[in-house]
Amino acid sequence: MNKLTVLPSPQIRSYVSTQKIMLCVCLALLPTVIAAAILHGARALLVVLCCVISAVMFEYIFSLVTKKENTISDLSAAVTGLLLALNLPVTIPLWICSLGSFIAVVIVKQFFGGLGKNFANPAMTARIVLMLSFAQYMSQDAFIFDGVSQATPLSAPQGSFETAELFLGQTAGCIGETCTLTLLIGAATLIALRIISPVLPVAFIGTFAICIAISGNDVVYHLLSGGLVLGAFFMATDYVTSPVTAKGKLIAGVFCGFITFIIRIYANSPEGVSYAILLMNILTPYIDDFTHTKPFGAIRKERKGEADA
Amino acid sequence: MIRKLGGIRLPHLKGTQISETIIQNTPKKVMIPMSMSMGSEAEIAINIGDTVFVGQKIAQSSGALSLPIHSSVSGKVSAIGEMRLINGAKCKTVEIESDGEQTLSADIKPPQITDKDSFIDAVKESGICGLGGAGFPTYIKLSTKSDIDTLIINAAECEPYITSDCREIIEHTDDVTDGIRLIMKWLDIKKAIIAIEANKPEAIEALNQNLENSSDISVFVLPESYPQGAEKVIIHTVTKRVVKVGMLPSDVGVIVINVSTASQIKRYCDTGIPLIKRRVTVEGDCVSKPCNIMAYIGTSARELFELADTNFSKVNRVIFGGPMMGISKMSADAPITKTTNAILALAKKEYKPQTACIRCARCINACPLKLMPTEIEKAYNARDIDRLKKLDVMLCMNCASCSYVCPANRNLAETNQLAKSIIPKG
Repeated sequence: MNKLTVLPSPQIRSYVSTQKIMLCVCLALLPTVIAAAILHGARALLVVLCCVISAVMFEYIFSLVTKKENTISDLSAAVTGLLLALNLPVTIPLWICSLGSFIAVVIVKQFFGGLGKNFANPAMTARIVLMLSFAQYMSQDAFIFDGVSQATPLSAPQGSFETAELFLGQTAGCIGETCTLTLLIGAATLIALRIISPVLPVAFIGTFAICIAISGNDVVYHLLSGGLVLGAFFMATDYVTSPVTAKGKLIAGVFCGFITFIIRIYANSPEGVSYAILLMNILTPYIDDFTHTKPFGAIRKERKGEADA
Repeated sequence: MIRKLGGIRLPHLKGTQISETIIQNTPKKVMIPMSMSMGSEAEIAINIGDTVFVGQKIAQSSGALSLPIHSSVSGKVSAIGEMRLINGAKCKTVEIESDGEQTLSADIKPPQITDKDSFIDAVKESGICGLGGAGFPTYIKLSTKSDIDTLIINAAECEPYITSDCREIIEHTDDVTDGIRLIMKWLDIKKAIIAIEANKPEAIEALNQNLENSSDISVFVLPESYPQGAEKVIIHTVTKRVVKVGMLPSDVGVIVINVSTASQIKRYCDTGIPLIKRRVTVEGDCVSKPCNIMAYIGTSARELFELADTNFSKVNRVIFGGPMMGISKMSADAPITKTTNAILALAKKEYKPQTACIRCARCINACPLKLMPTEIEKAYNARDIDRLKKLDVMLCMNCASCSYVCPANRNLAETNQLAKSIIPKG
């Protein structure tokens, strides 16, 4: 007999891997990419390709420069690039796409320790940085639909678009956020495959809808406009930067929904999803600490003795 | 509060449940470890060169949890050696060369049982411990002073591959129910529930037929989820009672006994032959004829693997127990003990390196006790004992569900055990 190998239990493992999870996310976003190409023109595909390729490339270069293990095969950089692309207008210069990927992968993710260690969602943060740095390429005139510059549903007066137009994405906007139909198909797939939990997005959208209704605005119009669906299902549910327990996810979702509502309705910016998610990312460690599970059969002492954090 | 416990779905791989148990021929040599159950090592009561008979006591119990050990063959004591246990400690072994006669020891006679105490003494003398794997001495469980209203018979057998309890039920249904009634009689328990996982239809059918006209014992079909057989989990599933930290099942009015243990008690009370044989499932992807074997305790695993036609050239890992909680052995010559319910010969698997935790929370959702393995891992890496205590890592029973589901292949269950070891006792 050969020499035996001694391994810690268990001897069998499930088939799930980080790579497979990331691949599923990419595939779930595929309908949205196709819709983007149809609605916003073939240049949308160029934006997607540029973001994905540069994200993967920066991840690879970073591993070479820092002599760290090459992790491009886990596909997390590809997902980051894809999500970033879906958050950009179709007219964006390609060098800004690459810069965005650099910010996302190198600055937000790798500088903080790589996959699993970043405190903020890389694609979301990169989008915010680009939006603040290159306002002229990221807002108003940058949004083109049917060949002409148009107002996005949120910067136009409410009611400027039909519900069907909004649902199918026949409006100006970031290439991945307009078509709610394909986003929902992708989200449903991820929930059915148990890759994401519906708690956070449902709490997010639910809270937002309730707030909008109370404030007397058009609920359906707001739900179908801007980056809400893309943000709630694909950005806020990022494993690394959202709470781990169901209770924590609920709190995070409610928080995001409320902040989005405040920014959209009362702040100077037409859209608030990205800021809401970034704020939630920052709160995640605290939410996590606050929402530990109660183990089965554990005896909880009174909390008064715990002065330390 | 009733809550739903976590748990995972595993492949069942219980192909051996339909085939008859093979009886092993008397082995030429046995090597019996002096530490086979929980508790301290037994004290050797024979010398090298002594002639021993089947069922003769070769080691006495020492200390509170310890059990006596009996010879499984008749023959000559050839050596007293040492072997290393899983925790790194060493224990003595007694090697006996069989004479092939299998002469019964003259001391063997059915025990005289008149009351609870004599019943418990008999169970202790028979050397019986939990045959499901953990090996807790059965007499300790039975000698509880608490009021017990429910006897749960654990036939969950929730790990893949293992079918030894299942075959016990199918082949010796009467022994099982008689054994249960003996425990009920002497401990004055009114109700017994046999809890068995739904993936063993033949065994469930056998039990239902046997218990058609009786009301004292019922069958509870458990969902197909791992780890249903864990004591706290099975108690919760069957009775909805919660065994809290530091409590014993008897504190909530329950005793949990493995199904093969129950029938072994009955056979001992009938014949006086102590625990010297047990059923072992021989399985794994290198085994061409997977089967259950009634094996003599102390037989080398290699002998059973040969009986099951194992392709030794492919074997990369030898596991005692199931693939989830079983112990990876350094040699196929390790002896079968009282708690060996299965031995597996597994081929080399593709090595998947550990990657970064992506905080997907699969481990938290999988944990049957709702622990947070990912947080425990972080706290362990920081050697933060206060935080580990706060995360209740001591509750972990090493079911390995967390490691199983981890997409990053992290050895979470192992880390939990390491974390437990750095927490000071008391």
